Amino acid sequence: MPMKIGDVEFFGRVDKGLRNSFMRNAVVSAQERLKGAKLNAAEELGDWEEWRNLSEEIRQHTLENLDYYLEELTENVCKQGGHVFFAQTAEEANEYITRVSKEKKAKKIIKSKSMVTEEISMNDALEALGCEVIESDLGEYILQLDDHDPPSHIVAPALHKNKEQIRETFSEKKGYKKTSKPEELALFAREQLRADFLSADIGITGCNFAVAESGAISLVTNEGNARLSTSLPKTQITVMGMERIVPTWEELDILVSMLCRSAVGQKLTSYITGLIGPKDKGDVDGPEEFHLVILDNGRSNILGTEFQSALHCIRCAACINVCPIYRHIGGHSYGSIYPGPIGAVLSPLLGGYEDYKELPYASSLCAACTEACPVKIPLHDLLVKHRRNIVEEHGKGTFGEKLAMRGFSLAASSPKIFSMGSKSAPTVMSPFIKDGKVKKGPGPIKPWTDIRDFPEPSKQSFREWFKKRDKGGDQ
Amino acid sequence: MKVSLFITCLGDVFYPYVGKDTVEILERLNCEVVFPKNQTCCGQPAYNSGYHKETKDVAKHMIKTFEQSDYIVSPSGSCVTMFHEYVHLFDHDKEWQEKAQSLANRTFEFTQFIVDVLKVENVGASFSKRATYHTSCHMSRLLGVKDAPMKLLENVKGLELSNLPNKEICCGFGGTFSVKMVPISEQMVNEKIEHIEETDAEVLIGADCGCLMNIGGRIERQGKPIKVMHIAQVLNSRG
Ligand code: SF4
Repeated sequence: MPMKIGDVEFFGRVDKGLRNSFMRNAVVSAQERLKGAKLNAAEELGDWEEWRNLSEEIRQHTLENLDYYLEELTENVCKQGGHVFFAQTAEEANEYITRVSKEKKAKKIIKSKSMVTEEISMNDALEALGCEVIESDLGEYILQLDDHDPPSHIVAPALHKNKEQIRETFSEKKGYKKTSKPEELALFAREQLRADFLSADIGITGCNFAVAESGAISLVTNEGNARLSTSLPKTQITVMGMERIVPTWEELDILVSMLCRSAVGQKLTSYITGLIGPKDKGDVDGPEEFHLVILDNGRSNILGTEFQSALHCIRCAACINVCPIYRHIGGHSYGSIYPGPIGAVLSPLLGGYEDYKELPYASSLCAACTEACPVKIPLHDLLVKHRRNIVEEHGKGTFGEKLAMRGFSLAASSPKIFSMGSKSAPTVMSPFIKDGKVKKGPGPIKPWTDIRDFPEPSKQSFREWFKKRDKGGDQ
Repeated sequence: MKVSLFITCLGDVFYPYVGKDTVEILERLNCEVVFPKNQTCCGQPAYNSGYHKETKDVAKHMIKTFEQSDYIVSPSGSCVTMFHEYVHLFDHDKEWQEKAQSLANRTFEFTQFIVDVLKVENVGASFSKRATYHTSCHMSRLLGVKDAPMKLLENVKGLELSNLPNKEICCGFGGTFSVKMVPISEQMVNEKIEHIEETDAEVLIGADCGCLMNIGGRIERQGKPIKVMHIAQVLNSRG
């Protein structure tokens, strides 16, 4: 699976994440900064809950009528002289993109940020062809220079790095001599990239939303690199997940506003670009050829299932920015280019339970994600649904756990057995009790007591107390 | 007013004193407290682990147990949330879904019941300590009970309550999460304790025995001098 990063198993990745104090500090400070900004941006809009309801409705409606809107989009893109290709799989998408690149005899390709091209490992396919692929988003640029370090966040891919580490990468790989001030670092990257923009044969972008009624694609950035990627090279290829579509400009307006506010706490980002097809006669800039690749890659299997709302995602990362698990383990621990709560929901859907079976359990179900999501995806519920699928549909629960759960349900549906169990708790636990605490517990309590004390079962349970008291006994 | 107490399994076995305080406070507020003795557990451990068939059996048992109750009150936010969750559990079973909805309508978290149903904000408690309050995730986000505990605590005489930094962040309990993902849960509870320490509180107050068992268990393991108390204990204090 191209979406997958690394071969280390889940707890190995988590261990590495937890030991990476640079990353952890960077993540905590980003979460703190974004939290405040988002709250302000949401407040400013007025009734945030109403806006969330409206956004959810828009996404629901669009996904329920996805065939219709994709057809409308295709028609309109073609009308403007663009080409549309539906790719069922990552391979089909890469084949099409490499074919266009070959036809154009492309040597240099400039990219603006796109998660979906990460999902299909497009860069590898193009590099195998001998093309030089250059990332123009600052975060992606840093990662690419740093020996293709994978992204750890869907909006800020290099979130796990601090400015000192970025300075080191720049100086090692590009001979950078200045300080680690963000402005100086950004200026340096800009200067480096300028020549590449001018000499690139093809520009490749992702797509925040395509507008069905006009065949336009929209790009939301803070660096303006998407504009350069789409106006200088002669050929433009845009790759979009098949769900990234809105019916009209009106819905685009609402969702872009929700995206910017949720992602970075801004009313609008610095650059919001709407592009329609190749350049017309009379236009000064823009590509001569425009290709839109619409990717399925497992998405249509999600349609019509209880996970359909996962396709409502507008990739704002608000769920990631409030996630207490992500806060400590960072993005790479998820083993997928889609990390955090949405990653834990989406990665098993797109990549299968085999590779991602731990992710649904890497959540305390605190629902901070669900509360943050601007399109109201019930993320924590979807994680529970995954767990249910894993044990009920895929029979993947361990034997011991199944037995325990069956025993539990039997006991909890039968008051007699249950009260026998609670009555016997003090006796069962008594060998493990020292100074009124369990420091080293048996069986399932063992992992608990690895890091915490476990309380001593009370000699008299509540129900015993209540019974006696009812009879006028012990008060 | 007749109130059926749902004590929860943790409350029954480990924290009976929380139940006693709950009963005493409710009685002082003129409620007649009964204890339907067939009650067991809300089913969260099975539900959150994905064992939904098993959970349905438990849910049906609890629905039947509390069928006759006018009001069901429980000193645990997440177990009350689970009662509300039964409605979705029976998405494909109209008959039980209706019963589940009726159960949810009659079930209240302890502080929510006092403030929203009994319309009382001052229970006459006094407790002279520096404390901070931990907002449990299920109770605040899913059940939507945020203000009730604060209103009640604000009226406790002598209580010096300070705001817990990053109070909305989970303490790392999460039921089976706390034993399945120990290394992650450990970091979460450590951070929670750091924030508690920043407030200089002597007592951490909470309204969910699960979170309190987690934070309290870690505090004890670390040997820190912070006391952990359920809000019912504080509200039933006179000194
Ligand atoms: S799931 Fe919701 S919060 Fe998370 S990235 Fe998608 S839209 Fe944003």
